[in-house]
Amino acid sequence: MELTLWTYEGPPHVGAMRIASSMKDIHYVLHAPQGDTYADLLFTMIERRGQRPPVTYTTFQARDLGGDTAELVKKNIKEAVERFKPKTLLVGESCTAELIQDQPGALAKGMGFDMPIVNLELPAYSKKENWGASETFYQLTRTLLKEKLSSSEKISPLRWKGLGRRPKVNILGPSLLGFRCRDDVIEIQRILSEQGIDTNVVAPLGASPDDIKRIIDAEINICLYQEIAEASCEWLKRNFGMEYTKTIPIGIKNTIEFINEVHSKLDLPLTNKEELEHKSKLPWYSKSVDSNYLTGKRVFIFGDGTHAIAAAKIAKDELGFEVVGLGTYSREMARQVRATAKELNVEALITNNYLEVEDAMKKAAPELVLGTQMERHSAKRLGIPCSVISTPMHVQDVPARYSPQMGWEGANVIFDDWVHPLMMGLEEHLIDMFKHDFEFVDGHQSHLGHTATNTKDFLNSDEKKEKNCKEGIIWTESGRAELTKVPFFVRGKVKTNTEKYAILRGIPEISDETLYDAKAYFS
Amino acid sequence: MSKVEFNKETGPREVFCGLTSIVWLHRRMPDAFFLVVGSRTCAHLIQSAAGVMIFAEPRFGTAILEEKDLAGLADAHEELDRVVNDLIARRPEIKTLFLVGSCPSEVIKLDLATVAEKLNKRFLGQVRFVNYSGSGIETTFTQGEDGALKALIPLMESSDDDKLLLVGTLANNVEDRFKKIFSNLGISNIESFPPRQSTELPKIGKNTKVLLTQPYLSDTVRDLKHRGCEIISAPFPLGIEGSTKWFLAAAKAFKISEIKVHEIISPLINRAKLALDSHKEILKGKRLFLLPESQLEISLARFLHNECDMDLIEVGTPYLNKDLMKEEINLLPDNTKIVEGQHVEKQLDRVRESNPDLVVCGMGLANPLEAEGISTKWSIEMVFSPIHGIDQAADLAGLFSKPLKRNQILTSKTLVTH
Repeated sequence: MELTLWTYEGPPHVGAMRIASSMKDIHYVLHAPQGDTYADLLFTMIERRGQRPPVTYTTFQARDLGGDTAELVKKNIKEAVERFKPKTLLVGESCTAELIQDQPGALAKGMGFDMPIVNLELPAYSKKENWGASETFYQLTRTLLKEKLSSSEKISPLRWKGLGRRPKVNILGPSLLGFRCRDDVIEIQRILSEQGIDTNVVAPLGASPDDIKRIIDAEINICLYQEIAEASCEWLKRNFGMEYTKTIPIGIKNTIEFINEVHSKLDLPLTNKEELEHKSKLPWYSKSVDSNYLTGKRVFIFGDGTHAIAAAKIAKDELGFEVVGLGTYSREMARQVRATAKELNVEALITNNYLEVEDAMKKAAPELVLGTQMERHSAKRLGIPCSVISTPMHVQDVPARYSPQMGWEGANVIFDDWVHPLMMGLEEHLIDMFKHDFEFVDGHQSHLGHTATNTKDFLNSDEKKEKNCKEGIIWTESGRAELTKVPFFVRGKVKTNTEKYAILRGIPEISDETLYDAKAYFS
Repeated sequence: MSKVEFNKETGPREVFCGLTSIVWLHRRMPDAFFLVVGSRTCAHLIQSAAGVMIFAEPRFGTAILEEKDLAGLADAHEELDRVVNDLIARRPEIKTLFLVGSCPSEVIKLDLATVAEKLNKRFLGQVRFVNYSGSGIETTFTQGEDGALKALIPLMESSDDDKLLLVGTLANNVEDRFKKIFSNLGISNIESFPPRQSTELPKIGKNTKVLLTQPYLSDTVRDLKHRGCEIISAPFPLGIEGSTKWFLAAAKAFKISEIKVHEIISPLINRAKLALDSHKEILKGKRLFLLPESQLEISLARFLHNECDMDLIEVGTPYLNKDLMKEEINLLPDNTKIVEGQHVEKQLDRVRESNPDLVVCGMGLANPLEAEGISTKWSIEMVFSPIHGIDQAADLAGLFSKPLKRNQILTSKTLVTH
């Protein structure tokens, strides 16, 4: 039993709903009690969808349990098929139905329908949402391509050359309730088409069962989100020999590497290599003198595996930040996150407990947090600026404007989204210059960080000496005066560090000299 | 009883389960903690319905059952014990801990009553434990509050003092208004259940007169009756008419003259009617379809028809307790179509066929209906907003006039010609 106040991922059947709702001509009959329909609002309210998810809930009640819940399942399946006429039917159960073991998938298969039926077994007591989405997409792909298995030979990535057409690829993984998927797909398709590569199928987002059957018309697969599509890509590789890409095109370096990977798999010459660096404004903006102040900014990163790893690389290599914390709630990607953390010399945090993340954040004392909406709230409490880089989805993560994370435009979006919560370079410089002017209002800082260094009360509390102490340490007048000269955005950190130093050295009173001693000690 | 038309429907439902009521109960009793014993689905449901992220540490959580808990029940009890110990160590301010059963805990027959009893002995004098079920296989949405209140009744001491007991969660400001009006009427000993602190439970007995503020408390009413309380029969205090009759019923039970009541509430009524007018102008003649969810549908239909001149197409309700709703049903216009239960697909067919001006529905259905050009009002807002009483009548009407007004603004001709 696990005490949970809040969870990053929903149950696995919500993952299945993400796949079903992303697609066309599919219906999902979910054996579930009243209340599980809450999941509809994730799509209709958070994602602002104008259609209900294509899901029928059997809505069994306590009084049905003594009787024949299997009949109830069949009745709902029959009605759903008649009403919605899906081309493929998904059948599964939520946590409670799993306990009563009606085997709805088997029941559906025995009802004599001629459409493909996918029996989803998603263990609700051990797995979570992303796993459920991945498993559903995998089972669906398998079911729909099963008949093509025997006849087909292995697909060579070079096949396009013999067919006298441009190479074709599939983009696999984007789904509803995935972070900026809608726009990533547009961006990636644009990049591919610029390189003379056609998109064959995008799935699950916007695909129909017929599209899934067409997957094998392409040469290779683009695995855009491992969390959702890796299992399917692996299966397609094993059974049809379809190669798939491993690079996630988030950030300039990864986007270029992604383009290289695609080209090398397809054996397509890359003709515009030099141009690629200039497709996004990020490299120049990051190089421009105003960005000097970004150097070594301490950044704490937490999110799903794909976005957390990508963020760490961009932060370090493309913006010159220092990554002081990296973690994920995606257990399935723990190994990769650990590897990235090791490269960055930090310890990876793998947890589903947001309070643990908040504690780690506090300890790491970052200047910027890149996280989920939950980290945004934690960072707000700690007074640290934050930018959201990952699901779980919030209505703000579905912006009206075009706002991808991937490719060139994605890099532009990332530069703006991560840098704007911080103070800009020139602004920071001016504030530093003018901070002793009487017009200057202490507390002028980034619009997102509000309470980071609220030392004003401390500085003004001359009479209340006892309040200035931490573990018996007193701040003298000279110490306090010196502290006011420290830029306010690091003042809190300097104060804590100086006190830490004083405790360490057994110094009872902190003077201006102690401040400098501490500064030297910690530098 | 007026000649309303009763119908029953079964099928797939689009309704929250009883766990959702934790969303307002935890705000009413800030010294209590609601621990759902359930699955990741339960945790996800509550956080999705409640916007949990705004709380640093919310006063509700879920002990999520894992595979190993299902294997042996004895272990599940021990595990729950461990979770509770951790929770109380971390949150020493908790005075009452509700162990809330869910669909999976009911199906595996986890005995929360026994667990609560054992914990009560161990934490005697520190934390009180009660249990109830908010499972979807037994309860819908607001019924969760019924379960929580019923669970508290055994903890209420007996007293034969004369008193008026308001039963059902109210917004604090509304509660204060009601108490002031009742004391102006000459009823001074008034208490509320649930109270603002879980430890300050009212004492009850044969001289306790119960006045319900919410229509979803069937089990609570039954147990209060068993404790000797007298239940005052009245419509619910939504709108001017409902609230007036509600005050009159209470006054009658306390042998206060009708004239006195009118004397006190007439100025309020006049003021409220004035405020109601602008909303009435928008709502008048508009056709309303209420889908079942909050259990407030019948009272809302009565208010929106009788006081705002809306036409009722269909009034859905998750379940119907004819006894509790008697006074409300009497006030409905003849031939009102009440549908108990739901077949969401068939009901949506009827929505589309009847072409309503406004549909009251859950959050899962609102945007899809809006996308079809049908204005909606989400029902969950009724349980979060202060809507009770004469003073709030215009605010209540405003919840329904706003979507219509907005629709008018956004589809105005100036936009079309652009």
